[in-house]
Amino acid sequence: MRRSLLFMPGNNPAMLQNSDVFDADGVIYDLEDAVSVTEKDAARILVSQYLDSLRRTPPMEIVVRINGIDTEYWEKDLQAVVSDKIDSIMLPKAQVCYLNQLDEELTKIEKAKGMTKKINVIPIIELAVSVLQIDDIVKAPRVNGVLLGAEDLSSDLEVARTKQGNEILFPRMRLAYACAAYKIDAIDTPFTDTNDNEGLEADCNFVANLGMNAKAAIHPNQVPVINGVFVPSAKNIDWALRVEEASKQAAAKGLGVFSLDGKMVDKPVMDRARKILLKARKYNLIDGEAE
Amino acid sequence: MKRGIAGTLESNDIMITVKESDTLKVTLNSIVYDFFHTRIEKVIYDTLAELGVDKVDVVCEDKGALDCTIKARLITAIHRMEGER
Repeated sequence: MRRSLLFMPGNNPAMLQNSDVFDADGVIYDLEDAVSVTEKDAARILVSQYLDSLRRTPPMEIVVRINGIDTEYWEKDLQAVVSDKIDSIMLPKAQVCYLNQLDEELTKIEKAKGMTKKINVIPIIELAVSVLQIDDIVKAPRVNGVLLGAEDLSSDLEVARTKQGNEILFPRMRLAYACAAYKIDAIDTPFTDTNDNEGLEADCNFVANLGMNAKAAIHPNQVPVINGVFVPSAKNIDWALRVEEASKQAAAKGLGVFSLDGKMVDKPVMDRARKILLKARKYNLIDGEAE
Repeated sequence: MKRGIAGTLESNDIMITVKESDTLKVTLNSIVYDFFHTRIEKVIYDTLAELGVDKVDVVCEDKGALDCTIKARLITAIHRMEGER
């Protein structure tokens, strides 16, 4: 369960060493688009050495965006960065065949390095063909979240990228449904105007209402806005707490269905309340352990 | 003469230039030289030893890099000198 993932350029020591202070649920050390072709080696080695130097487990998910499988860099990237220090690999321009290749390579590296954990994969949907393959991409090995990459996708479609985002409505909805069906994170594309947090908030609210549950950030200032949107509202938490309490009383009476505020509460409603409270507890909005 | 350069002169980074040489020589310029030159030099000598390199001329322009950055830039510079990318 994620709300925010913050991109960090992989060849910038100042940003890497401060990456755990921004409250993002995950940090993406980027070896791809944020790194020029002439610095791919330097970024790979810097991220690897930085990860090696970490003495304690960081409070956030550690993700590394490697270069695409259609480049000469991806295998070297994996060899350098895959270890127990990272949680996930982000794969650009994902397709099912590439995800299978990535799984095979990760399995080899995990075995060779005697790793204790299995690395997750976050594919990026940024080609028209990836949008069409989304139902299979969400089922691919290791995938526990999918990111929409609107900039490359717009380029592939040869359409202008707009703030309103009409051009990416279809992939956003496809991604939300596919991810919901397989209970994985639907992560929205970054909002590229880093000086417009009102626009960012509106964009987050829009995609949250489509069913997406997280968003990538390209600037630390975007993280609090994103985190604030992708959590249940106080009103919803209050409602869910009352449903939880009423369902306990109903269960004690042997009732599976009951009424609250004049409205029927049955299993789907109780499930929705449970999900709201799970998220609220995970992000410490209310007391109690997230189950 | 083979040469390799890595890093930048940005804050928290270090620019390292390495050149083939008959001896081992390290020149360090750092904004935190008075406080940390011993430590920075140790990272450089340890990294060269790990890489098995004992004949090289190393020039460092440090802008307050952490140990991991110093090590990363030196490894990159040596790889570049040896023609690997």
